[in-house]
Amino acid sequence: MLEWFQGLYQSSAIADMTLPQMIQHLFNAVALGSLYGLIAIGYTMVYGILRLINFAHGDMFMLGAYFVFFTTVAFMPAGVACFFIAVAIYVIYGILRGFRRRPSLLPLSGVIGFVLSGLYFTAVKPVSFQLPWPAALVLAIAATSFCGVVVDRIAYRPLRDAPRISALISAIGISFFIESLSVVLFTGLPRPVLQPEWLMTPITFSLGAEKTADSLVRILPLSLLVPCITAGLVLGLLFIIHRTKPGLAMRAISRDIETTRLMGVSVDKIIALTFALGSALAAASGIMWALRYPQIQPYMGITPGLKAFIAAVFGGIGSIPGAMVGGILLGGMEILLIAVFPQLSGYRDAFAFTLLIAILLVKPTGLFGAKLEDKI
Amino acid sequence: MLKKIIAGFFALLMLCGSAFAAENIKIGVYLPLTGQNAFGGQLELEGIQLAHKEAPSVLGRTVELIIVDNKSDKVEAANAVTRLTARENVVGIIGTYGSSLAMAGGEVAEAAKTPVIGTSCTNPLVTLGKKYYFRACFIDPYQGAGAATYAMQKLKATNAAILQDVANDYAVGLAKFFENSFVQQGGTIVANLRYSSGDQDFTAQLTQIISKKPDVVFVPAYFAEGGIIMKQAKELGAAFRIMGGDAMDNPDTVKIAGGAAEGFLHTTFPYDPTMATMNPVAQKFTDLWKKAYPDKDPNVNAALGYTCYMMFIDAINRAGSDDREAITKAIAETKGLPAVTGTLTINDTHDAEMPIGIIEIKDGKRIYLGEITPAN
Repeated sequence: MLEWFQGLYQSSAIADMTLPQMIQHLFNAVALGSLYGLIAIGYTMVYGILRLINFAHGDMFMLGAYFVFFTTVAFMPAGVACFFIAVAIYVIYGILRGFRRRPSLLPLSGVIGFVLSGLYFTAVKPVSFQLPWPAALVLAIAATSFCGVVVDRIAYRPLRDAPRISALISAIGISFFIESLSVVLFTGLPRPVLQPEWLMTPITFSLGAEKTADSLVRILPLSLLVPCITAGLVLGLLFIIHRTKPGLAMRAISRDIETTRLMGVSVDKIIALTFALGSALAAASGIMWALRYPQIQPYMGITPGLKAFIAAVFGGIGSIPGAMVGGILLGGMEILLIAVFPQLSGYRDAFAFTLLIAILLVKPTGLFGAKLEDKI
Repeated sequence: MLKKIIAGFFALLMLCGSAFAAENIKIGVYLPLTGQNAFGGQLELEGIQLAHKEAPSVLGRTVELIIVDNKSDKVEAANAVTRLTARENVVGIIGTYGSSLAMAGGEVAEAAKTPVIGTSCTNPLVTLGKKYYFRACFIDPYQGAGAATYAMQKLKATNAAILQDVANDYAVGLAKFFENSFVQQGGTIVANLRYSSGDQDFTAQLTQIISKKPDVVFVPAYFAEGGIIMKQAKELGAAFRIMGGDAMDNPDTVKIAGGAAEGFLHTTFPYDPTMATMNPVAQKFTDLWKKAYPDKDPNVNAALGYTCYMMFIDAINRAGSDDREAITKAIAETKGLPAVTGTLTINDTHDAEMPIGIIEIKDGKRIYLGEITPAN
């Protein structure tokens, strides 16, 4: 055993690693880790509120990537776009003011105007255009969160009062269902994703006095953007949960669903909102993942989903900042393993799962997890 | 009385059933039509169906294709063969894409004494010691040696690195045979890095490889992974050439890798729509394909599917019956059959003998450079 460790140490790459290489590995680690973190925050949010490990999260992630693939390359008929905008205005207004209230003139005229122009562009003058990139992103995220709400309605809501294990099994079932349905709808063929050039041109800088190939360190603008997005979403999510009315209801649900219901909160709506938010986060992470690794296929969500689960447990499942930190640490450790012990590079996934087991054995609450009762 | 009538009715039904079965000659097909290898399976199925349309009958009887999806899963592959042999009672089976799947299916076919012709399962173990398993392609030692020979002789490479998927029999085999041949020819393997199926981030491995400064990196991956490996290598500033195997032979390789595919080389079976000169069968296949699927380029996997079906027709014709043993014997004696990949002869180890084609990506297009015979 000792000899094996000695051999491992001697063959490790740490002795002949130069500073630029080390920095490069560090950058790679942050780039990968923040992606894990981004997926993990959605996972952990749904768990924190419902105590449900949403195995379909990885599939929402995949759907987000597919939707952005379709919305960026497809030509959008202007009529359909107008209908979408009309529905969006209605939904946003409804969430802000309540669906039952009589709408005021401005949003009402907006909805009617867009419906009419939608009819005009469909029937009289059919035009189509390519969606600008940000609009494509928003549309893909909206579509995914709609799917999240549908999943909740079909697979989880009927089991709300059933034992927790039933919902877990239902989650696994719906996950397989979405994957298989996607194979039928989108085919198993991996598809390339459109990448905006400005995100993908590496920023290069030199660490040595001379600019040789060995002293260069490269990082993609995208890899700088992802941690910022992750941090921003964490802050946004914390704001929603701790500073808004629906957030208060979510926290109440996480403690006791029945009592919350008795307090006059419409629990099903709040849970639907939770899934909408969680799926929107999954879509955002799926889009970022697809930009970084521009190859999408129906099973792309499985491995990242499992890694994000490990990250969430590592950070303390239920804790949103914990998920982000856990993701970055997991990515860092994976890269470090390969950087220091290249001959162990095939054991990267084994390492990640060993880590999961170790955390569950030693500190099941993870880094930031509080006791089960008051976790959000 | 009623019981007797019902029993008689069922007996009659069963008789009718077997009478119909005797009329058609059933050929089973097991391919990964869903799951992670679906892209290859679907292409091969299209090739088989094209051949079926071309030669719908043999010995004056209609050929019926029984298509079973093996879901890219080893267990399902074995189940698929069981179903084809036990329930459907086929005279022979075509399949499958993916050596791991073929090995699982091969055991069952061997026990059921049913001949199988593999489409593109290139691992030597698929037919090793098997009486009933054949293939329409060459094997990995040959292909790996071909890649090593090309790197040595044409690229004048002396240092090579390998990046391989350890969870995939095809990749592990090909990597080993490349290494053996390259070292035997006097080259050095400077790095051998690993990953497992489903990984999308290769930055740590690639940073490690770049630091060793190889001339050539051999990546025996499937095209989707291969595409993002090329992309990440370019983003990290890699200066080496990347080489791959026949699994990279897909029109989508360039779509996924984009500009990063420039200069990429891979070995393949000697058929390509961009070939300068085609033999008459290849020409006929290309024309048929373009007529049947006008918006899809013909591909070598489809060509192999086509070839497998034609091999069966040829063997059944020579055997003069639908007896499985007679067909097996006839397949083993296949000699000088004009096929898409040249004149096809089955050798002692049940492989089809053919030279190795080399394809280079130049200006975003696949160029068929020519053929090579391995040095050792």
